[in-house]
Amino acid sequence: MMKRRGFIRTLTISAAVAAIGLGASPVMAQQKTVKVGVLHSLSGTMAISETVLKDVALMAFDEINAKGGVMGMKIEPVVVDPASNWPLFAEKARQLLTQDKVAVTFGCWTSVSRKSVLPVYEELNGLLFYPVQYEGEEISRNVFYTGAAPNQQAIPAVEYLMSKDGGSAKRWVLLGTDYVYPRTTNKILRAFLKAKGVAEADIMEEYTPFGHSDYQTIIGKIKKFAAEGKKTAVVSTINGDSNVPFYKELGNQGLKATDVPVVAFSVGEEELRGVDTKPLVGHLAAWNYFMSIKAPANTEFTKKWAAYAKAKNIAGHKDKPLTNDPMEATYIGVYMWKQAVEKAKTFDVAKVSAAMGGQTFKAPSGITSTMDAKNHHLHKAVFIGEVQADGQFKVVWKTKGPVKAQPWSPYIPGNDKKKDEPALMAEKK
Amino acid sequence: MRLILLLAIFFSTQAAALDRALVDKLGFGESDEKVVAINAIAASGDPRAAEVLGALAEGELQTSGKLVIIVKNDEAFDAASGDKLALPEEREDVVANNRLRGAVSAALAALKLLSPDRQQRLAALKELSDNAEGADVAMLGIVRRALAAETDPGVKPLLEQVAASLELKGGDREARIAALQRLAGSSSANAKTLLLSYIETEKDADLLAEARKSLRAVEGKRAWAERAGLAFTGISLGSILLLAALGLAITYGLMGVINMAHGELIMIGAYTTYAVQTLFRTKFGAAFDWYLLAALPAAFAVSAAVGMLLERLVIRWLYGRPLETLLATWGISLVLIQTVRTLFGAQNVQVENPAFMSGGVEVLSGVVLPYSRIVIVIFAAAVLAGMWLLLTRTRLGLFVRGVTQNRAMASCVGVPTHRVDTWAFGLGSGIAGLAGCALSQIGNVGPDLGQGYIVDSFMVVVLGGVGQLAGTVYAALGLGFANKLLESWQGAVIAKILVLVFIVIFIQKRPQGLFAVKGRMADA
Repeated sequence: MMKRRGFIRTLTISAAVAAIGLGASPVMAQQKTVKVGVLHSLSGTMAISETVLKDVALMAFDEINAKGGVMGMKIEPVVVDPASNWPLFAEKARQLLTQDKVAVTFGCWTSVSRKSVLPVYEELNGLLFYPVQYEGEEISRNVFYTGAAPNQQAIPAVEYLMSKDGGSAKRWVLLGTDYVYPRTTNKILRAFLKAKGVAEADIMEEYTPFGHSDYQTIIGKIKKFAAEGKKTAVVSTINGDSNVPFYKELGNQGLKATDVPVVAFSVGEEELRGVDTKPLVGHLAAWNYFMSIKAPANTEFTKKWAAYAKAKNIAGHKDKPLTNDPMEATYIGVYMWKQAVEKAKTFDVAKVSAAMGGQTFKAPSGITSTMDAKNHHLHKAVFIGEVQADGQFKVVWKTKGPVKAQPWSPYIPGNDKKKDEPALMAEKK
Repeated sequence: MRLILLLAIFFSTQAAALDRALVDKLGFGESDEKVVAINAIAASGDPRAAEVLGALAEGELQTSGKLVIIVKNDEAFDAASGDKLALPEEREDVVANNRLRGAVSAALAALKLLSPDRQQRLAALKELSDNAEGADVAMLGIVRRALAAETDPGVKPLLEQVAASLELKGGDREARIAALQRLAGSSSANAKTLLLSYIETEKDADLLAEARKSLRAVEGKRAWAERAGLAFTGISLGSILLLAALGLAITYGLMGVINMAHGELIMIGAYTTYAVQTLFRTKFGAAFDWYLLAALPAAFAVSAAVGMLLERLVIRWLYGRPLETLLATWGISLVLIQTVRTLFGAQNVQVENPAFMSGGVEVLSGVVLPYSRIVIVIFAAAVLAGMWLLLTRTRLGLFVRGVTQNRAMASCVGVPTHRVDTWAFGLGSGIAGLAGCALSQIGNVGPDLGQGYIVDSFMVVVLGGVGQLAGTVYAALGLGFANKLLESWQGAVIAKILVLVFIVIFIQKRPQGLFAVKGRMADA
């Protein structure tokens, strides 16, 4: 009843506004749809990871539309391709906000793309849902982060490798692609490792450019570093399609997980598609969701995805449907936004944002994810999985329940003074 | 540790079934208990030990209620006795993480040391010396027995190494000194690791001095292995640069066409490989491993055809106008990228390696040469040799050289210069296609593939000296080595910058490149 009444009210109001002649915006003019932006790279080095997020967002929209839409309004997706080109992200974001006037955007994978669109969303007061684990150090009024903060992924993974079961690693290789996410994550990890008594000489940091494809030297260096007398582990924050040559080289050079385990933060089921995972068995990934998790919500999610991929003829997924953590995070984001809009009974960014705090959703990972009341981040459970011969991950460790995100990592000096909520406009200026 | 040994010997007397208490620990214990159980089961020497441990590593070991079972193809067996059971409904996997799998593989390898088959013993020794943790001290008994029984001169030295690393952990003082001396002969990374951690804990001055001496010996050998490994990575990168640049050495080097679409011709070769692979997978699944043999001529033909078409339609009209050629070919490169994007999609496509190109061969301890890279080095050499023969030994080669050296004179003596141009451009493009086929085996195949190689290719040709095949070879190998040396010293990002800075300086000092064309050039 509520829904229907809300719908009728919206209709009357917009009709009234249109009659007065002020209803110039397309949302109002069409009356029955609400535009929603999808801002993911569909080409370039990040397409390997991001394309599928576009598809899963569209799937969630279809589901919502089939059940009557958001407040009775059908979602009309506006999909743009920023092509792994960071300045283009900002351009496309501006286009979505000013030209298409979208109510919300689901998008970005790399932190550099998020940093690139952030000023646009803050300036034009848009709303962005960011679905990927990242380095923290950011809370924006205009962004909701449905991926993990460092304490929900990186720190637990390193703690696991330090534990007896993880192999009691004493030496660390921090390997990443050269941009803001790996650099910041490694800064946090370095501080964390030092706090745990790891010496400076026992940490090696290496970066490669985006799209790097020759990992011979790096693997050689890792081997050399690992032969210095203590158990070594590699923490990989390599992003995009570089992961394929990296894991191929790892397998070919016979660097086994029992000797030097590699834990990755940006490699999931999708990135390993097409890589022969038999030599990689036992290498690890830390996420808040794995496709292999046994939970009723996950069975339903993977089934829906398989059916959707088949129906929409999505390359790769139509024969071998895979789901992964950022897909799950996108899915949660779309539904939480819907819930918040329906609670706020408006698409107004400030009101929807206020309604987001405390929203819950039964996530495919088997837990009930809660949006933190203040800090715009989700409470999530952490899983650590080992690669299996079939390209899936087997969970070998998990947290007891959801963990609250700490976007301001306590391992970076000065963060203890920062507030765990977005700054007001006045404070920012 | 002694206690475990004693226990192990005690258990080995009961041969009929594995000790149920141990198997239960394997199924229900904490990780520490599981590791102890793994080693105790292995050390028991029971004939079913290998089966149970293998099941654990393969993920076939499950628990049901209070029973530990092995489930294979939907059939259940009691893990301790081996008796067949009805498949229970409620089952839980016994999760084998890295630590447990490592312990299992070391334990299984130790068991195989007693195998009568020489190959099995060698494989087991390799496994034990590669395993970072090494065998557990509980295996010392088995290894000692194996050592006493071993007579094969090819196996014994390796076995002595493995025994030494165990004696170091569990032997008495005499045994440890002997072990330290033996380890000096090793070149494996694990020997170094073992010695380093040993030095940290040892108090006895004599033993410490002995350990240091052995460590120096091992490190000396390791340094050579590392240098050899680095040299190979240099050769490997060099061969890739060479492959990418060889086609350009003809189109730009010999013909003088600034072909910005060269990278896209490589990309087309890679996509042809992808298409052939897909065809093989759907039509001739059995012969899938050999798709590369079909892909090579296909990649050459498709890229050559595209190249010849380009030459006929566009480049022909722009000879002698380098700036226009540059712009036109750059435009063509964008068209080609967009065409491929429309045909195959913007995402990378997956080219799978044939089985024989996965993995690698260990030439020295710790230096693994991946088969895919070895194949590419050989392939690059073969393409180079083929091209050299074609240019120096065939009529077409003679014409090409003639036309590029003096077009007017060649034309006067009846060489069809226009047709030769087309053929030469096609040849250069075809070789780019071959490069694409090779690159698809080690990197990503996407519409932007060529963009990553065009700069490198021009760098190689310019550095080598325009018009010089030998120069191209030296430049490719030189850049490969330089890049890898710098990379191992300063990391990939800085290495790339340093190489570019070096080339800028070099070209300023020596604009004609490494090898200048000497003598009179009529067409210069």
